[in-house]
Parts: sequence; C-alpha cells; structure tokens
Amino acid sequence: MKLSSATVRLIIPAASLALLLVAVFYMQPRAMSYTGLNLLFNLAVPIALATIAQMLIMAVNDLDLSMGTFVSFCACVAATFLQTSPAIGILIFLGAIAVYAAIGVVIHVRELPSIVVTLGMSFVWGGLAVLLLPSPGGVAPGWVRWLMTAKPPVVPVAIVASILIAAITHFVVMRSSFGVAIRGVGGNHRSVERAGWSVIRLRAATYALAGVFAVLSGVALVGLTTSADANIALRYTLLSIAGVILGGGEFVGGKVSPIGAVIGALTLTLAGSFLSFMRISPDWQIGAQGAILVVVLALRLALNRLETREKTR
Amino acid sequence: MNASRLLLAKPWIWSFAATAIVWLVTILFTGGASSLGLSQAALTFAAFSVIVGIGQMFVITLGPGNIDLSVPSTMTLSGTLALKLMDVQDGMILFGLALSVLIGFLVGIGNYALIKLLRIPPIIATLSMSFVVQSTAIWSNRGLRIKPPQSLAEFTTSSLGGIPNIALVALALSLIAWVLLEKSIYGRWISAIGQSTFAARMTGIPVDGTRFVTYILCAVLASVAGYLLASFSGGAALNMGAEYLLMSIAVVVIGGTAVAGGNSNIPGIWGASLFMFLVVSMLNTYGFGAGFRLILTGLIIIAVILLAGGRQSAR
Repeated sequence: MKLSSATVRLIIPAASLALLLVAVFYMQPRAMSYTGLNLLFNLAVPIALATIAQMLIMAVNDLDLSMGTFVSFCACVAATFLQTSPAIGILIFLGAIAVYAAIGVVIHVRELPSIVVTLGMSFVWGGLAVLLLPSPGGVAPGWVRWLMTAKPPVVPVAIVASILIAAITHFVVMRSSFGVAIRGVGGNHRSVERAGWSVIRLRAATYALAGVFAVLSGVALVGLTTSADANIALRYTLLSIAGVILGGGEFVGGKVSPIGAVIGALTLTLAGSFLSFMRISPDWQIGAQGAILVVVLALRLALNRLETREKTR
Repeated sequence: MNASRLLLAKPWIWSFAATAIVWLVTILFTGGASSLGLSQAALTFAAFSVIVGIGQMFVITLGPGNIDLSVPSTMTLSGTLALKLMDVQDGMILFGLALSVLIGFLVGIGNYALIKLLRIPPIIATLSMSFVVQSTAIWSNRGLRIKPPQSLAEFTTSSLGGIPNIALVALALSLIAWVLLEKSIYGRWISAIGQSTFAARMTGIPVDGTRFVTYILCAVLASVAGYLLASFSGGAALNMGAEYLLMSIAVVVIGGTAVAGGNSNIPGIWGASLFMFLVVSMLNTYGFGAGFRLILTGLIIIAVILLAGGRQSAR
C-alpha cells in the first residue's frame, strides 16, 4: 500500500488523539457515552475554529499573536450587541473581518513582520473588549445557545461540528484553487505571482477568511459559556498555534492540514479532560499539559524518522 | 549633514525619537512638575524590560522561528524560589542570586534539549517548557508572600546620583551584551547563524553550541530580571512575569532588531523599553480608561512599526 505524505502527516495526530481517547476511556469508562463524549469535547468547537483561523494565517507564512484577544473581543460582541441588536452585531463582525483583511494588506505592502503587527492589534482588540464588557457579563443570543447545546441523535454536537469544520476547510484549503493559491503564497509567493494571481489580494482574502473563522470561534464560545468577559479566550493564541503544529502544520512553506488542525485542537481539549480524570493536583495541570505536548511531538518525530527510513530504502 | 545622515541610518534612532516625543507630551500636560519623577520611574521600569529584552534579542537574532516564550514563567519561578531561599536574611542575598542564575541555566538547557533532541520548533518547545516551569512555580509558591531581604529591597528601590540602581544594573548588563554582540566572536556567530544557518554551518561555526548558549543566556537574563523584579516589588507573585512575554518581543522589534534574524541592536532596546513605559504613563496622565489605554498602546506600536519598519524585507 502506498501512502501519500499528506496522509502520513495525518496519521500521527490522529493516532495520538486515539491514544489519548483510549486512555480516558480506560480511566473513566462512563465517558464512553453520548453525554460523556459531549462533555469531553464540548469546548473543542471554539478552539477548533480558532485553530483553523491560525492555520490560514500560518499558511501564508505569518503568525497571528492577536488570536486570543480577537476571539475574546468577538465573544464580547456576541454576548452584547449580537444579543440586543443583531444587525449592529453583524455589522461589527463585518467591520472586524474588514480590519483583518486590512492587516493582511498592510503586512504585505510594507513587508512588516506579522508578529509585531498582530502583537499591536492584540492590544487594540483587548482594549475594545474591555470597553464592551468591563466586567464579566452579557448574555448569549438564544439561537447560538440552542445551536451549541443541540442534541442530534447518535453523535454529540461537538463531534458533528468538528467533522463539519474539518470537511469544509479541507475542501476550501486543500481542494479549491483558492486554497492552492493560499498555500502557494506560503510556499513560493513569486511563482504564485507569475502564475497570474495577485498576492496582495490573496493575502487579504486569507486574513479575511481567518477573521471569519475567529468570529465564529468567539460566537461558538459564548454559546457554550452563556456569558463573556474580556479575557475569556486569551489562551487561544497559544492553543491555536499548538493545535496547528500538533496537527502536522509547519511555520513556513504553506504546509498546513485543516483536518490535522481540527484533530490537534481536539487533542489539546482532550488533554485537559484527561488530566482532570487522572486526578493530578491543579498545581501540576498546566505542567502536565506541556508534557503531553512534548510527548505527542516526540511521537511525531519518531514516526517521521520511520518515514524517511522507508524512503531511503 | 553627513553625521545626521549616519544617525538617521541607525535603526534605533526611531525608538529614541518616539520616546522623546512621548516624554515631552507627558511633561507638557503636567506642566513640567513631575519630569524628574517620571524619568526615574521610566528608567526603573524600562530596566526590567531591557534585561528581559536583551535575552530575547539574542534568541531572535538566531533567525526565523527562534523565540523564547518561557521568559515569563522563568521570571516567576526564579523570583519565587530565590525569595524562598533567602527567607528575609541579608546574608543569603548572593545565594539567592546564584539560585536564580542556576534556574536560568536549567530552563535554558531544558529549552534547547527540547528544540534539538525532539526537533520541536522553538516557539512550541519553549511554550511547553513554560507550562512545566509555571507549574513548578505554582507548586512552590503556596502559602505566604515572602518579603525580600531588607538590604536587597533597599538596593532595588533606591537610586545613585538620581539614576535608579536597577537602571544601572541594566546598563551594566547592556554593556556586557554589547561587547558580546559587537566585539566577540560569539556575537559574529549568532549574526551569521541568523543570516543563514546553512552558510554558517558550512563555514565551520559551531551552530548547535552557539544556539545552546544563546537559549541559556536568554533564560538566565530572564531569571535575573525575575529576581530583581520580585525584590523590587516586595515579593514574588505568580503573574509577575505575564506582561513581559509580549513586552520582551515588542521592545526587541520596536528597537529595530530584524525579526528575520541576523541583525540586532542594543541601544534600540533601551529606546523601545522607555517608549513602552512612557506611552502607558502618558495615557494614564491624560486620564484614559483601561480600554482606551490598551487600544492606543496597540495603535502606537503599529504606527511606530509602520514608520520605522519595512525598510528591509523582514518577514
């Protein structure tokens, strides 16, 4: 059987997710039910959406350090404006997406390091979020709440949503010509340019699309938590980067995998549940999360070595 | 004419110009009443950013992808454990310092071990490391807040001839770093690695050894900054390093060090650190709320980057 390298790339994240899931089921057999799975993966949906957003930015060789504050800001908008006057809420979201596209253009035109620009933007989003909700509060719009707590038959909503996200983004990023061009910008933007694409438009579109997913992430998060605060998603910046890397993505070269990114996000979510089942003292929970990250990456290295050995043989 | 052109070509001049403007605007508002106090506070708080920033700068100079995210947790752990060891006794001050340098060494070794042995991208390796370090800090920080020894607290909060002692320490460290960077073979090596790792390896530069030393250096500087910050603020807190994650990256980049690596400068870090502190205090003086302050800080950072950056391709 011949496996493409893209498939091999996916095997490792999928295997580590499966391993973690088996470990959780072993320790807590009752988790192996509809409700159990729903609880385990509940928070995965917003993390997966943020990871996809980060993945798009990473596909064009950039990095978004404002992801966490932006998702927090979107959550605040969703819990305030989207609830009271949906039209204004949607306008704000459209504006925010336009700002993301503008950031892409500015980064491209002035050849600025994306890390710094998004670092600056993270202050801006954080400030806007604090202005909207100085103290925790707000109410999730009813339809968002309904959507996130829906109970479809057989498979919990979190898993349905994850599969949907993975399928849609896989189609857009891996199968459509737009997706190929995006990854091409990361791989070699000159050749994309010579092929007749406008790199500046591509970058703007990529950033806008990332903005769309980040907005969805914020809305989904509020659907789960019912209220928001300005710091609700700060850890999403690092979580989303870790999710992309866990899923087999790379920082440069346009090498990304949407399915992998979603699996990476699921793995990170599950790692949190796994630790609470292990009854690890809260002091060490963050540390153990770091350790899990290292173990998964070590696994990936081992498998990569196997792969190259196969090739040389 | 020639001299001014030479000066304008220096990447760090922009951060100093911005600092001077912000300083003047703040002083104008207060009518010059607080100019000495403001300058002293700026020097003190900038000093912490400078110490952390120098370490981060060395790491960033190594080239794309090199960044140390474990800085905040290293600061916290070092401050916590050092104060615990010193236990308010003046005689233990040097032992406390030695312990925090040791912690820096261990974290640096850990970081590079992950990067090299597991071939993890530095951003993820140092992130995982920071989780472990932060956990250790949480675990050891239980209980009461321990005060720093009397004379150490006095040293960190007083000043010599109008210049805060902390700023003098930072200045001394900057001088050492400058000599390392500009006059030593090590400085040439990290610049060469940042410009092209492959070419550096071909010319026989010990790439791995140099990177190893650089990650250790960054972690040691972070833990020394943590030690000083904990003594300055009268005790260690678990979140004391938090703001230095973004700060350490921001001062390096605003200061004119190329993000793509291979080009660094130390005066710029001073300019940028003073600038970052003064922006916040300027917005405070003008009575902006927390939200507006954050927004304006972000917009000012972007404005400075737009003005100063983009001269060379740095992505």
